[in-house]
Amino acid sequence: MTYALEIKDLKKVYAGGVEALRGIDLKVEEGDFYALLGPNGAGKSTTIGIVTSLVNKTSGKVNVFGYDMDTQLMQAKLQIGLVPQEFNFSPFETVQQIVVNQAGYYGVSRKEALKRSEKYLKQSDLWEKRNVQAQMLSGGMKRRLMISRALMHEPRLLILDEPTAGVDIELRREMWTFLKELNENGTTIILTTHYLEEAEMLCRNIGIIQKGQLIEDTSMKSLLAKLQYETIILDIEPSGRTPVIKGYTSELMDDGSLSVEVARDQGINEVFNQLTEQGIKVLSMRNKSNRLEELFLKLTEETA
Amino acid sequence: MFKLYLTALKGLSVKETNRYLRIWIQTLVPPVITTSLYFIIFGNLIGKRIGEMDGFSYMEFIVPGLIMMSVITSSYSNVSSSFFSQKFQKNIEELLVAPVPTHIIIWGFVIGGIGRSVLVGILVTIISLFFVPLQVHSWSMVILTFLMTAILFSLAGLLNGIFAKSFDDVSIVPTFILQPLTYLGGVFFAISMLPPFWQVISQFNPIVYMISGFRFGILGVIDVPILFSILISITFIVVLYVINWYLIEKGRGLRS
Repeated sequence: MTYALEIKDLKKVYAGGVEALRGIDLKVEEGDFYALLGPNGAGKSTTIGIVTSLVNKTSGKVNVFGYDMDTQLMQAKLQIGLVPQEFNFSPFETVQQIVVNQAGYYGVSRKEALKRSEKYLKQSDLWEKRNVQAQMLSGGMKRRLMISRALMHEPRLLILDEPTAGVDIELRREMWTFLKELNENGTTIILTTHYLEEAEMLCRNIGIIQKGQLIEDTSMKSLLAKLQYETIILDIEPSGRTPVIKGYTSELMDDGSLSVEVARDQGINEVFNQLTEQGIKVLSMRNKSNRLEELFLKLTEETA
Repeated sequence: MFKLYLTALKGLSVKETNRYLRIWIQTLVPPVITTSLYFIIFGNLIGKRIGEMDGFSYMEFIVPGLIMMSVITSSYSNVSSSFFSQKFQKNIEELLVAPVPTHIIIWGFVIGGIGRSVLVGILVTIISLFFVPLQVHSWSMVILTFLMTAILFSLAGLLNGIFAKSFDDVSIVPTFILQPLTYLGGVFFAISMLPPFWQVISQFNPIVYMISGFRFGILGVIDVPILFSILISITFIVVLYVINWYLIEKGRGLRS
């Protein structure tokens, strides 16, 4: 089977001796929507940097759609579109110049590039801004510009490094819809993000990097199935008493909020029963954190 | 892949051309003003007192040198500042992630340097027409030395851009090395006028050969044998090209 991305025993030691990657093995299937998670400095950006030729590897193999990056670098590069974490376009060029120039580097003729620029800039709601210098755009627009730029050569593998960092909620949701559509139309997507809700919403498979090693590489469903406990917060009517819930670990956070750990097989009916018996009124209920976030913290703490 | 590379080269050249045209006040106007002042002060005012040089009026003598000086400065600073700016703003990554071979990257920047040099060279030549009539001894020599000089100093500027870590690094070389070498390279005088010791020292200054070759193309007089002048330029071009290629290929200052 040909994978969109296949990484074998990838290692990277930086000039100062910092061991960023300690032998990563990773396979991303064609058509997948894959999340690469990890705390800051875990090695996510180094991995992406090596795959996109921005970082020199120390050893290991990287294949993109079967093209070996050591021997078929140009063919491999043609398959990839990158949306980097930091803005890296010329602030003095216009929006359209940026996307058309980038397409040219991938062999797309100027005529075709102009046609595609209309399609992708309209899609990202930037067409009206096509003649505006990039430095004049808002943060959200700049992010969308980088996505449009990465799509101009119609890559089979789109890599997004923290694409929604600093983007407001409304725009973030618009981008999710757009990325979902793109994936449904056949583009393989690899995403790194700090918003774990984003990974849970979008991705089918997930890899977690910690200290230069891949500590999880599985489907989102099976990863979430590993979550044994969920912490819920109950907003209760202040009564001056500390509720006691037998069989559960609970903690009164303040007079109006009660934190309760609920095991997968316990259910929450019993919690309500016991609180009702004690005459405590529950006003509302919410998750303490996103499920994936809870699991992510647990996994990274275990390997820390 | 050849068609792809050609499109990439065209794209990069257009980008580079747009860059210096967009900031024409910084890139095209200053050399025109500087050389105009040279023409007025050295050529017109002081030159009248100097008299003839190699059988030509002093104004006629300095025209080829001043054109070459503007070509050297323009090609060098165009590529060094453009490459460093792209490194600084990180938009060099647009090229590094794309299937653009190192040869195309080098030539894209060099074409930008040549383009700006040609424009500046033409503007300076037009200014010179206000002072002396245009004369050309050998068009082929004029074009050959012009192009070789623009390529050579574009490559030198690229090398500067690769090593530069700050904007200071981009201005140090032109100020402390390039400008003295240009002034001592025979823009305002014939090398044969120098004392024997300094004539020997001048042989290590590559700019001497370029100005001499170009002056031969315009006036038909030479300081050094013409073939030697061409060979020296070609040698410098090849050496600089190989060094640039090696450094970009290895990702010097570009990839961690």
